[in-house]
Amino acid sequence: MSASLQDAVAPVCESFGRDRTRLLDILLAVQQRLGGIDDRAIDAVAAELAIPRVDVAGVVSFYSFLAPGPRGRTVIRLCNDLPDLMMGAEKVAAGLEEELGIRFGETTPDGRFTLEWASCIGMSDQAPAALFDDVVVPSLTPGTARRLVAELRRQGDAGDLRRVLVREYGDGANAHDLVRASVKNNLRRAGEVIFAPMEAGAGLGKALAMSPAEVIREVKTARLRGRGGAGFPTGMKWEFVRAADGPQRYLICNADEGEPGTFKDRVILTERPDLLFEGMTIAGYAIGAAHGILYLRGEYAYLRDYLEHVLAARREKGLLGKAVCGKAGFSFDIRIQMGAGAYVCGEETALISSCEGLRGDPKNRPPFPAQRGYLGHPTSVNNVETLCCVPRILQMGSGWFASMGSRRSTGTKLLSISGDCTRRGVFELPLGTTLREVLAQCGGEDAVAVQVGGPSGKLVGPDAFDREICFDDLATGGALVVFGPGRDPLWVASQYMAFFIHESCGYCTPCRVGNVLLKERIDRILAGNGEPDDLDYLARLGASVKTASRCGLGQTSPNPVLSTLENFRPAYEARLKPPVDGRQPGFDIAAKLAESQRLTGRKSVHFDA
Amino acid sequence: MNTDAITLTIDGKKIEARRGDTILEAADRAGVYVPRLCWMKDLLPAGGCRVCTVRVNGRPQAACTQPVAPGMVIENDTEELRELRRDLIDMLFVEGNHFCMFCEKSGNCELQALAYRFGITAPKYPYLFPQRGVDASHPDVMIDGNRCVLCGRCVRASRALDGKHVFGFTGRGPGKRLAVNGPNLAATDVAAPDRAVAACPTGTLLVKRVGYKVPVGRRLYDHSPIGSEIEPQTPGK
Ligand SMILES: Cc1cc2nc3c(=O)[nH]c(=O)nc-3n(C[C@H](O)[C@H](O)[C@H](O)COP(=O)(O)O)c2cc1C
Ligand code: SF4
Ligand code: FES
Repeated sequence: MSASLQDAVAPVCESFGRDRTRLLDILLAVQQRLGGIDDRAIDAVAAELAIPRVDVAGVVSFYSFLAPGPRGRTVIRLCNDLPDLMMGAEKVAAGLEEELGIRFGETTPDGRFTLEWASCIGMSDQAPAALFDDVVVPSLTPGTARRLVAELRRQGDAGDLRRVLVREYGDGANAHDLVRASVKNNLRRAGEVIFAPMEAGAGLGKALAMSPAEVIREVKTARLRGRGGAGFPTGMKWEFVRAADGPQRYLICNADEGEPGTFKDRVILTERPDLLFEGMTIAGYAIGAAHGILYLRGEYAYLRDYLEHVLAARREKGLLGKAVCGKAGFSFDIRIQMGAGAYVCGEETALISSCEGLRGDPKNRPPFPAQRGYLGHPTSVNNVETLCCVPRILQMGSGWFASMGSRRSTGTKLLSISGDCTRRGVFELPLGTTLREVLAQCGGEDAVAVQVGGPSGKLVGPDAFDREICFDDLATGGALVVFGPGRDPLWVASQYMAFFIHESCGYCTPCRVGNVLLKERIDRILAGNGEPDDLDYLARLGASVKTASRCGLGQTSPNPVLSTLENFRPAYEARLKPPVDGRQPGFDIAAKLAESQRLTGRKSVHFDA
Repeated sequence: MNTDAITLTIDGKKIEARRGDTILEAADRAGVYVPRLCWMKDLLPAGGCRVCTVRVNGRPQAACTQPVAPGMVIENDTEELRELRRDLIDMLFVEGNHFCMFCEKSGNCELQALAYRFGITAPKYPYLFPQRGVDASHPDVMIDGNRCVLCGRCVRASRALDGKHVFGFTGRGPGKRLAVNGPNLAATDVAAPDRAVAACPTGTLLVKRVGYKVPVGRRLYDHSPIGSEIEPQTPGK
């Protein structure tokens, strides 16, 4: 065994030059060979890289897609995001448990399957969806889920999972030889910028004919703001990076797309990879970077070979590599860094930690990434969609771009729309479109509430439907989840808090502990044991978590609670029990005594349940 | 005039600071106590506990990581921030299993001392009662994980001051735990005199056979609250 362990670990470490900063890639590759990363594998990796084993264990235990113990040869991860639950994921879960004979978190006795829940896998438009290893299986029913498992059993270990799991290829590049996925694009509306017919290379050609400073000026004149959520002016970020001292600079494209309900970058990566890589190349030219990194979330591993192929083709054509397009002095290439199941790694400093082979903890700021980012070098982190706007701005002119949208929010925005509506999918609309107009387009006119911007955004009701989707009003990285009549705002809040508890890195106190406390109280109210004081308790606790948290995750994680308290207060109030005779109505003594009664085998005289 | 000197205000009081200082260092020099837990002298700040949160020109920042800048207007000892810090200390109490009356660190514990300074007698949050272990495998040093506040002082001290790497973290979120560089503490190169062991602000890392050596009445915080070592002694306060 130990020989095979050495055989697995040593060549992998060797292939990454025993570079400690590539630890995440090394562990992913080791896991692929061994099935899991147990203590002995951890020791072996630590010895090969000459680093403390506790550091390796720290990384393994941080990422959802790395497993400390042995796991099944196929890992099934069912997505537990709200659109999935609303479309019946729990029934699918029951079907899987029954067919496999195990519960979630367990492995079948024959070591064939492990069953787990996953946070949003970026398929909310075709929910319920699951990952079988890297293979996406969308639009599941309990019946198909059971049938697929039975057929995989019959096929045995050897075959390609896709032969069983993929019945029909999706549209566009989902059918490409290197993708072969049943994922659908569900591109409902192509706009002027991202999904308009594009002339390959036009933007890059124009950019390379300009000076880097001129490129940045053009992006500033277009008033391009970051599409990843924060809306920071892209040109200004690039200027900071360009102005920072250092022998090297880095450009990182954030394709972590972890905000539940967001899947627009998936469609860009599938249908517009050349536009993205062109945008990255222009950004590299503008900031003076020779290296770009595409941080691709682990859930999108099914796109990796295809993206590598697109990159190879670009190298072949001289669009990447030494002297890009024959431009003397400008070399630029791109590597893909796989993520491994951690939402916090979408936060730009955590993303940098992850690229450096560390736990995905955010970093202290200052220094900001623009000053000292990846491996200490000035770094620009930009969202996929942001980078795709860039070649179009260069090609068509900043005036053209700025003429779309509103004054402070120019251009178009991709919206990922899911939930209770008839046309789920990606819509490219001018910024400044009202929520009501969006709901009309997606067939969600019945909505009683919409989650704008994912869990870290806000749940709004009909009184907000005339507000505009833009950076200064209803800001969103792109996720809109529509809730129809009968959906419960407290259930929404409770589920989203479960997400944040699962995804907090745990570095800082307020987020690590506060989210657990927020969910405890929401659940108490949901169970009918809430008291009037609980609303003030929630509001104060939520405010403390927001104020004291170290990164954007904890600074926004109380939003599901705070925005439902603000916009759906009656849903809370209807469930509260006022105290009688000064007693706590929420205290259920029979329930509290149940366990000790069970353990002692005696009943309480006074509080017999 | 020293060009490296800059001025800023904390709670309306003008203070001098050196360029490159963090707010916490500048405040210490000026005799202003900013409450802190994960910060420790001689170590790089972690910015994890957030007890040192102040408002800088209105924005919340960790004083231990935020560098000073000329003209900063800092709020530190305000009712809002005292309340915030109370919440954070409460969270740390309910997150672990803390029983001060059985703990040999009592009286020398920074978490307990902070609670006293902030007037906390019982936490307002429900206890979470986590499952955490004790590692008594080593002949001279032990770990009681129930009392760990995940400040990372031992992790940093072992590396930066002892030239070892005895400690680290595993897991994430509420599942984050202190871990050691081996199957258990006995398998590591920890030693009782390590600065890492002394770095623990609570009773998590303990040297064996010295408990209760300092009698009640002579412990660190028996007479004056935590922070008074920084504040100028104002008689009658
Ligand atoms: C918890 C958290 C998760 C995030 N996830 C993403 C993400 O998946 N994709 C993304 O582009 N930005 C994400 N961001 C925002 C990034 O930190 C960063 O602002 C963004 O990538 C910058 O690119 P932009 O300026 O083009 O928007 C996240 C932020 C936080 C706090
Ligand atoms: S807020 Fe704190 S615990 Fe939460 S993800 Fe950010 S650094 Fe980690
Ligand atoms: S002392 Fe500053 S965050 Fe802990």
